[in-house]
Amino acid sequence: MARRIYDKEHVKAPGTPLSSKEMYQLPGTIEYTPVAKYRFTTGQALSKFLEELKRGRIAGRKCNNCGRVYVPPRMYCEFCYKPTSEWIYLEGTGTVVTAVVSYIGTARERLEKPEIIGIVKLDIDNKEPQGYDFPGLFHRFCNVSEDDVKTGKIIGARVRPRWKLEEERKGDITDIECFEPIEG
Amino acid sequence: MKPNIHVKDKVAIVGAGLTLFRRRMLETSRELAWEAAREALESANLELKDIDCIVIGSAPDAFDGVHLKGEYLADGSGAISKPMVRVYVGGGTGVMVPIAAWWHVASGLCRTVLAVAEEKMSPAHPHPQGVFAYIWDPVVERPLGPNLLWIFALEMRRYMHVCGASKEDIAIVSVKNKANALNHPCAQAAAKITVEDVLNSEVLVWPVHRLDVSPVSDGAAALILAREDIARKVTDTPIWVEGIGWTLDTTHWYNRELAYPRYVEYAARMAYKMAGIERPWKEIDIAEPYDPFDYKELHHIEGLMLAPRCQAWRLAREGYFDRTGELPTSPSGGLLGVGNPIAAAGVMKVAEIFWQLRYEAGERQVKKPVHYGVAQAWGDLMQVGTVVVLSN
Repeated sequence: MARRIYDKEHVKAPGTPLSSKEMYQLPGTIEYTPVAKYRFTTGQALSKFLEELKRGRIAGRKCNNCGRVYVPPRMYCEFCYKPTSEWIYLEGTGTVVTAVVSYIGTARERLEKPEIIGIVKLDIDNKEPQGYDFPGLFHRFCNVSEDDVKTGKIIGARVRPRWKLEEERKGDITDIECFEPIEG
Repeated sequence: MKPNIHVKDKVAIVGAGLTLFRRRMLETSRELAWEAAREALESANLELKDIDCIVIGSAPDAFDGVHLKGEYLADGSGAISKPMVRVYVGGGTGVMVPIAAWWHVASGLCRTVLAVAEEKMSPAHPHPQGVFAYIWDPVVERPLGPNLLWIFALEMRRYMHVCGASKEDIAIVSVKNKANALNHPCAQAAAKITVEDVLNSEVLVWPVHRLDVSPVSDGAAALILAREDIARKVTDTPIWVEGIGWTLDTTHWYNRELAYPRYVEYAARMAYKMAGIERPWKEIDIAEPYDPFDYKELHHIEGLMLAPRCQAWRLAREGYFDRTGELPTSPSGGLLGVGNPIAAAGVMKVAEIFWQLRYEAGERQVKKPVHYGVAQAWGDLMQVGTVVVLSN
């Protein structure tokens, strides 16, 4: 059987590329905008978590079988595959694991003011938990400069949640406005 | 050490085909599937009547804008009146397609499988980025208005911090892959660029710049897998599927260490064990690690145990992964160079190992002799590893 060399010299791949202009000028292209509204229930674990956010505290679930603490809480341990055992309440202080500067929004539009976001590993009993998995949240950061992210100064920094005013809290993740560095 | 599982029939890849990968294509999803499938059948001198079963892979329905995407693609993929299944594990789908095709044949259920992957990302406009909003947890993530690039940037930043890599070190991968793609007949983003070009390109989510990221693409890819006796009749150079593996981690991506992809290692261990490979860093001659972002290739080289942890960027700097290097990675040009029609991109990677092991990659052929190759894809919320080990 003849060998069939697959490179630019021997193969012309099928397909008809279009420029953006050509695509939008094609006859008969169909414009369609889906209409779909959802109302998500928040479940056994997260409904309690959100209720506690409204009160200004972070609720987690602990598995007494393996000792893992889950934030956001789960009613089952992913590893033991047994029900988690109890609710525990965290201060919300923690350590920054990673952080980035976003210059674009959800639909890739340029933002006027860049946002800083990152992951916080939350303390248990005022201590940083060790190991591959940990209780943590992904959120916005305040009082952190672009330089702090780029130089890496922010990674490993100690942070705490900045809560919205009590009357402004709605029982959702944005009841925490952001995480901010703990001074000193 | 040889297989740890009972395999009824040995399986080979005997054909492969791709369409062009481009930002926008005239062809519909099913036409793209048909073009790639036809190429694959022709390359193996087979016709649809020779095919017993069909496996289809495609990533989120929302890109093409059609639900029932497997069923929608069925006619273009040659599945009418045949057993067909669609598999889906996000970005990992591309390598899941040959994995699923393998078990169809290895189990004795089918003699031949046509495996087709397709993605058309251009319908969602002005940019498909908005469609990614549906992958986030609706309660704790979506209210923060996340962009898909965030998670990659967060993971890249973590890798840089833990492993001591600079943005320059990581940009080397983009430079390498875009240059490797120069001789790929389907390539969308092949280019001769420098590290400075990457660093000077638009900043999207620092540390990610425009040229750290693979492009948005339309395209399809297909493979033919066959039982040993048929493979030997069809071709003198069947490429054997020696091992397959895949694992998932939790979608709670911010509750895990992101510097190292544990799930890729587990998938690789599963595949290597089946293939009888004990020291992948010595026994694997060529690799196609998944590279939707440049740092991801380094991350995955480590997960595949082809380099010690946190050492991939050092080796990349020495040219270890170049086409002329000790262990060429993404000789196709990868997603960064050839393009990223999600599921089709993973199949393109497997197809590249197929051509390389047959010494049919022409100008892209690596300089060293090759016996064992590995292809890998990754996906969902930093949680899926899919791995295939091939030999000639």
